Amino acid sequence: MGVTPESLMGLVIVLPLASAALLLLAGRAADRWGHLLGVFAPAASLLVALVGLVSVLGRDAADRVIDVHLFDWIDTGGFSLAAGLRVDPLSLSFVALVTFVGTLIHVYSVAYMAKDPDRRRFFAYLNLFVAAMLLLVLADSYLLLFVGWEGVGLASYLLIGFWNDRPDYALAAKKAFIANRIGDVGLILAMAFMLKQTGGLTFAEVLGKAPDLSESWALGIGLALLLAACGKSAQFPLQSWLGDAMAGPTPVSALIHAATMVTAGVYLIVRSGPLYAATEGARLAVAIVGAITLLFGAIVGSAKDDMKKVLAASTMSQIGYMMLAAGLGPIGAAFAILHLLTHGFFKAGLFLGAGSVMHAMNDGVNIRRMGGLAGVMKVTWATFMMGWLAILGIPPFAGFWSKDKIIETAFIGEGWQPWVLGTIALLGAGITAFYMSRLFFSVFHGKARWDADLHPHESSRLMTWPMAVLALGSVCLGWVLALVGFTTWLEPSIGHAEEAAPVLAAPIITAATLLLVVAGAAAAWRLFAVREVAVLPPAAGPVVRAVRADFHQDSVNDLVLVKPGQALATGVALTDTYAVDGAVRGVGWLTIGVGRVVRLAHNGNVRSYAAIMTVGVMVLVAIVFAGGL
Amino acid sequence: MLSIPWLTLLIVWPCVAALSLWLIPALRHQGRQTAIAWSLVELVLAIGTTVAWCSDTGNVRLAFRADWIPQFGVSYAVGLTGTGLVMVLLSTVLVPIVLLAAWNEQKTPRRSTHYAALVLALEAFMVAVFCARDVFFFYVLFEAMLIPVYFLIGSFGGEGRKKAALKFLIYSLVGGLVMLAGVIGLWSQARVRASLFADSALVGLGSTRVFSLDWLTAGGVAVIPTMNPTPERLIFLSFFIAFAIKAPLFPLHTWLPDAAHAARPGTSVLLVGVLDKVGTFGMMALCLELFPGAARWAAPVIIPFAVVSVLWGGIMAIAEKDILRMIAYTSISHFGFIVLGIFAFTSTAHIGASFYMVNHGLSTGALFLAAGFLIQRRGTGEIDAMGPGLQRTVPVLAGTFLAVGLSAIALPGFSTFISEFNVIAGSFATRPWEAGIAALGVVLAALYILLAYQKIFTGPPREDLAGTRDLSGRERWVIGPLIAAMLALGFFPAPALNALRPDAVATVEHIQGPAGSWEGSGQ
Repeated sequence: MGVTPESLMGLVIVLPLASAALLLLAGRAADRWGHLLGVFAPAASLLVALVGLVSVLGRDAADRVIDVHLFDWIDTGGFSLAAGLRVDPLSLSFVALVTFVGTLIHVYSVAYMAKDPDRRRFFAYLNLFVAAMLLLVLADSYLLLFVGWEGVGLASYLLIGFWNDRPDYALAAKKAFIANRIGDVGLILAMAFMLKQTGGLTFAEVLGKAPDLSESWALGIGLALLLAACGKSAQFPLQSWLGDAMAGPTPVSALIHAATMVTAGVYLIVRSGPLYAATEGARLAVAIVGAITLLFGAIVGSAKDDMKKVLAASTMSQIGYMMLAAGLGPIGAAFAILHLLTHGFFKAGLFLGAGSVMHAMNDGVNIRRMGGLAGVMKVTWATFMMGWLAILGIPPFAGFWSKDKIIETAFIGEGWQPWVLGTIALLGAGITAFYMSRLFFSVFHGKARWDADLHPHESSRLMTWPMAVLALGSVCLGWVLALVGFTTWLEPSIGHAEEAAPVLAAPIITAATLLLVVAGAAAAWRLFAVREVAVLPPAAGPVVRAVRADFHQDSVNDLVLVKPGQALATGVALTDTYAVDGAVRGVGWLTIGVGRVVRLAHNGNVRSYAAIMTVGVMVLVAIVFAGGL
Repeated sequence: MLSIPWLTLLIVWPCVAALSLWLIPALRHQGRQTAIAWSLVELVLAIGTTVAWCSDTGNVRLAFRADWIPQFGVSYAVGLTGTGLVMVLLSTVLVPIVLLAAWNEQKTPRRSTHYAALVLALEAFMVAVFCARDVFFFYVLFEAMLIPVYFLIGSFGGEGRKKAALKFLIYSLVGGLVMLAGVIGLWSQARVRASLFADSALVGLGSTRVFSLDWLTAGGVAVIPTMNPTPERLIFLSFFIAFAIKAPLFPLHTWLPDAAHAARPGTSVLLVGVLDKVGTFGMMALCLELFPGAARWAAPVIIPFAVVSVLWGGIMAIAEKDILRMIAYTSISHFGFIVLGIFAFTSTAHIGASFYMVNHGLSTGALFLAAGFLIQRRGTGEIDAMGPGLQRTVPVLAGTFLAVGLSAIALPGFSTFISEFNVIAGSFATRPWEAGIAALGVVLAALYILLAYQKIFTGPPREDLAGTRDLSGRERWVIGPLIAAMLALGFFPAPALNALRPDAVATVEHIQGPAGSWEGSGQ
């Protein structure tokens, strides 16, 4: 067997992994050149990935799914599993996104982290993340996927807590890991279900047998996978960690908490498509979770004053769109992935823009203390604007091609479902326009509200170039992918969807969407560009206060999980010390007491123990013999 | 062809090594160096044994037997199953590491030598117990192991060592006595049953080797299954209780945190990493092999205790304030997983449990060592008093602690993940509810490790700790191989699994009848 392009895909993972290991093990000795290696690794992966992508591009549908065997991994006598890769349009789309956007963000980070004494370690973690993410999307089994799945969770933990000398940042990192782990229990259980019901863990085995699963097992697996997706993708009810995750350096927020890792949940659901095809209930649950989160994120984003947290809420909301689409079956799944790609570009671009603004603002993130930056940071302003137009879904910018399609698809179906889901998706578009415009205008337009001793300036070229490339993607990616027939190309991975008409005519939906978007943007223009923005948040009623506090998500978690958990821990600790250990000590005293009575000889601990033991043995032997003879 | 008595060599050498340190004055002055050299010789012997084991065949390999007390049917019988082999390898790998870790812990060379000699003596018992193929011989070793451990805790431990050592001793002696009752019961039963087969050739053998495991399970397979269920169950219980004290299962666990707290971290590595595994090893090699019917009967009661252990240990670890006690509680949680895997009776769960025993030794061993390095620097084991902000001061130690901690919570990539997953997924096939509840331990694990890391290593660095030294070269060599081994086995577990699989499959067949008909496939 010769070297085929797909067999090189293992290299895509190994390169950044090796780089990460080297950077961590070399220590301070690598400080001088660490960032160079750190950029080189994902760039090299990108090149290899392109070779693989090109080789698969032109193939017939049947040849576009290739399983690559790497090595025999686990054989328990109950099941055996090889480590292998699945190279197909779905995984290649992700690989392209991760390596391309990843490389850009690595380049950006060279300048962004230039002054940090731990830049090498930063790049090591970033490389580790890229390797784990690529493993996640390339794995050909749920178990190997899980290795990448927890790997990205670890990288996320390390990077959120990169500046963990601030206690709240360290707390945010831990919170993210724990929320993810709660989701991971879902994935572990899903795999246990699969193993019991299908005897295997590879996609081929599990998904091949999915149509034969009983309704209840399919539902169980579907819901367990959904729990995992909720943890990783910050979907309701496991959404609360993402806002705090903004503690990480901004390139991290761009790469991990916007473009790639948080979309892994969508990947998991789409990858498991045949399974969800067997269970209407789980599919609907996915769609509902997506719908709730898309509204939740959009509303919360409207009340945030922290630039990065607006973008985080927005990410949550946009992933809600993707989940909603993924829950609609193959017809929605294609658009979920399309939106995932366009979102990866424009959201990464927006985050990098935010990072550029933070550099100009001396790390300030409060949009009430910004304004008028369009004049001093022209490149940042222009690239941010492209991202803004893209997320709003203005034609022909990228978001229009993907989000509009999701809204349209949400209106497909029977009964109450299309009306409810479609309306939520439509409303979400309007709110998105409002909060994103609020952000854009508050930062770049209106009067300057920053301190006089700040001297905002444009960022260096190492930062503006990646932003420009991503902005180009925000402008072009949508129509380019539509033009080349991306959704058809995906079909071998996600299945063919029958054409279906939405309950409202498509042009009406598009028109309504655009109308709401313009209305949302116009409202924001009046409130945050025309009118002067107050430097302090104005007093507000209970509803706005609740929204500002993320609908009290942390208090709810505190009440439902943390407080009872602490009480339980205290209770268990007391029981362990006084009841369990106490009982044993009590038995000890009791036997010593009995021993004192029984013993014939002298004092001394050893002897009394010996006496007790002799008695004990005799009793036990007696029992045994009495029972046996 | 004259074959080398590998197992006897393996058992005798550490005894000789320990005695040489005590008896030869010239060696006493170079005690640390000599002990490490001797332990490396033992490691080489273990590697030789492995090579020989691989070229042998059968489930029990390199077997050797000689009469010991023929009147009672006691023999010196040794032989290695796959599970025994990996445990022997684990023990022989950990001993040199522990000796190196203790390099400058003792104030005088005399005490260093004494400590090292005790560790070597313990090694002899550990290796022997994993090789033993005679129930009585096993029992003697099971009890004799207490002696070096008692002194390791009682003479070389820290604060509260006398009390902790005594508590350990009492728990263990009680367990040993309960087991002795079982041993006597087994003897009487086996004799009685053997006499029923007066015309069979087994009797001649049986009278002199009723304690031989191979006779009991292979030749004597006719003996045990015809046992009346009541004595079988009682004998099973007596063994099980002894093992449940050793590999502490809720509610028999409270001696372990005290012992781990008082012992030197190096001692704890061997105590928790290897010695406690004698308990789970015994459950596999004795309880399941000799009493399959009783094991089936008891499993529905044992498994809930295992699940409670998983959660109880996890919650206690979260609430615990002392790092050594915390690690002890994490181990109680892990032992819960192992016991769950043993009594789920699927080959996936069983191999998960036996692989867990190795991985837990590596992972918890490394965690105790890392904690030891921390305590040495900070002079306290209080989690709240050690930090905060040590990551900025001692980044390598921080990274090491985190890596080792993540291996303890079974992060994929580490071998611990493969064993934990196999236990959960394998148990799910027969015990879905219990396995599902035990899976919650995964979240608890993340909490206890990350909480400790957060308190010790994150936050603003303390100025008064600015001079704390990072890991020395020696310390890196102590812990590096353990992390490397866990990563290597995480991605390439095949060598270990290949050694463990025959035992797992055979045991499950022994208990359930031919496997595969009900496990794995839902059809």
